[in-house]
Amino acid sequence: MMIEQLLDQEQESIVDVESLSVTFGNQEVLKDITLRIPPGQTLALLGESGCGKTVLMKSIIGLVKPTDGKIEFDSENINQLTERQLSRMRLRYGFIFQNAALFDSMTIGQNVAFPLRQHGRFSDNQIREMVLSRLSEVGLPDSVVFKKPAELSGGMRKRVGLARALIMNPELIMYDEPTTGLDPIMSDVINELILRTRSRNPVTSIVVTHDMHTARKVADRVVMLIPRQRLDPGENQIIFDGSVKELENCRDRRVQQFVNGEAGERLMEMRADDHDQ
Amino acid sequence: MYPWGAPQYRRARRLCTDFMSTVASNNPKPQASTRITGWFAEWVSDWGELVISSCVALGDFCLFVLSTFRWMFSRIPRGETLWPNFYQVGVSSLPVVALTGTFIGVVLALQSSSQLGHYGLTNQLGGVINLTLVRELGPVLAATMLAGRVGSAMAAELGTMRVTEQIDALSAMGADPIHYLVVPRFLACLLFIPTLTIMADFMGVAGGYFYSNIWLSIDQHYYWTNSAKFVNNFDLFTGILKSLFFGSAISLISCYQGFNCKAGAEGVGKAATSSFVFAFIVILILDLSLGLTLKAVYESWYPGGTY
Repeated sequence: MMIEQLLDQEQESIVDVESLSVTFGNQEVLKDITLRIPPGQTLALLGESGCGKTVLMKSIIGLVKPTDGKIEFDSENINQLTERQLSRMRLRYGFIFQNAALFDSMTIGQNVAFPLRQHGRFSDNQIREMVLSRLSEVGLPDSVVFKKPAELSGGMRKRVGLARALIMNPELIMYDEPTTGLDPIMSDVINELILRTRSRNPVTSIVVTHDMHTARKVADRVVMLIPRQRLDPGENQIIFDGSVKELENCRDRRVQQFVNGEAGERLMEMRADDHDQ
Repeated sequence: MYPWGAPQYRRARRLCTDFMSTVASNNPKPQASTRITGWFAEWVSDWGELVISSCVALGDFCLFVLSTFRWMFSRIPRGETLWPNFYQVGVSSLPVVALTGTFIGVVLALQSSSQLGHYGLTNQLGGVINLTLVRELGPVLAATMLAGRVGSAMAAELGTMRVTEQIDALSAMGADPIHYLVVPRFLACLLFIPTLTIMADFMGVAGGYFYSNIWLSIDQHYYWTNSAKFVNNFDLFTGILKSLFFGSAISLISCYQGFNCKAGAEGVGKAATSSFVFAFIVILILDLSLGLTLKAVYESWYPGGTY
């Protein structure tokens, strides 16, 4: 019975990260991370800057090669795929970058149409219709199509990034700090769009964020990472995995600091780390 | 990727930290022998690190080049990525190459005329100028202008794309950045540098002729007869063949520097500068090694001829 349950659990997860470690030069960013995400779940990945949230997300999409461990998407080990297979696999992902990462040399229309032109066999008319429909879904007028990314505000650029990520109807959407640098109203617009995307399509989402308001509003589950320097000996880097409510009631000092936005003794710790280096 | 700066900074930082801690704790100075051994060990360690990181960077560059060739032969890039690069390299660079070619021709005539004048060989001026231009100065000059004008721009553009995660965005949308960004730039440089070289040769020859004929009043009959005697088809072939190597090196070095750009405005600036410096050094090294190889080839093809 136990084995059957375990097997069921394994089949259920769409993203399966096992004992993942990532090291850049001498700096060990992630060590022994194990994470399973079931389909349809919205997971908020929390943690202070430099703890490896974005690296974890980029490892899941294959942009960062792990030093050790295994990452499976829909039961396929992405590190064993060839470049071509990985390219095809990435059609099933949507990635919204922190600063939108729109191509400067292209217009907004060309940016949003990029994945369609790259992979799909769509006519120009179909592409035009799909682009306009996605842009209107994220609340942007048709007139932005001919503008360049530099002519748009930060919030508009993020929404264009979202439209571009959604255009191929991905199964997994990853948001890298979607509300960072936006005013409170625009942050909530982005939160609403994340919720609306989820209600329209049965997508799995990973939201990397510092923003507790976003986590409270959109997440089914919260995972919190901390930088390796702050770990106790033998402790795992994932210090919390549970619901938002559980997070708020968590007794761990470091979790509480993050939830309440308190520096506490952190400044002293950082000074000590700097001195040790 | 840029190992030359790191050891010095690290050593300086370590020295500062040691000095601060010595002052703070008021420790007695270490023994002179220990200090010298420590300094020597650090020196060896720094050089070791430099050698290792240079080997790693070279290996990384070779993999980058291999990947470029693999993508070039496996899938043709789309027109929308090719034409802007062809235009940048082949059309926009022409005026500046033509202008510098003209001036180099004139300057070459100016300097050579006084030297040859001492030996009464002014009539041979055409041969000297044109041979130098077609074999050496034309290709090297066109390549230098391309490295400065296009290579640095490529490194800065790709560096900015790296810093702003646009290269990651390409990968995330299933487009290979090497196929999408590097192959079109490589093809543009490879296919169009011969035309730039021919333009530099032509304008240099024209500039040299006008100066010699109008300013120095050298008889055009002697000028062109000696030019035809000195310069043959193999010299033209030499120049164009060299330019193909220069064009490949410029595009690959510039794209590699852009792809491995460090964060921030400083990183982009460094990528642009180092792409030109590396490309220029490689152009000169290639020029020498190709010059020696082609001389050997010429002598084996034409045993009696003088290269």
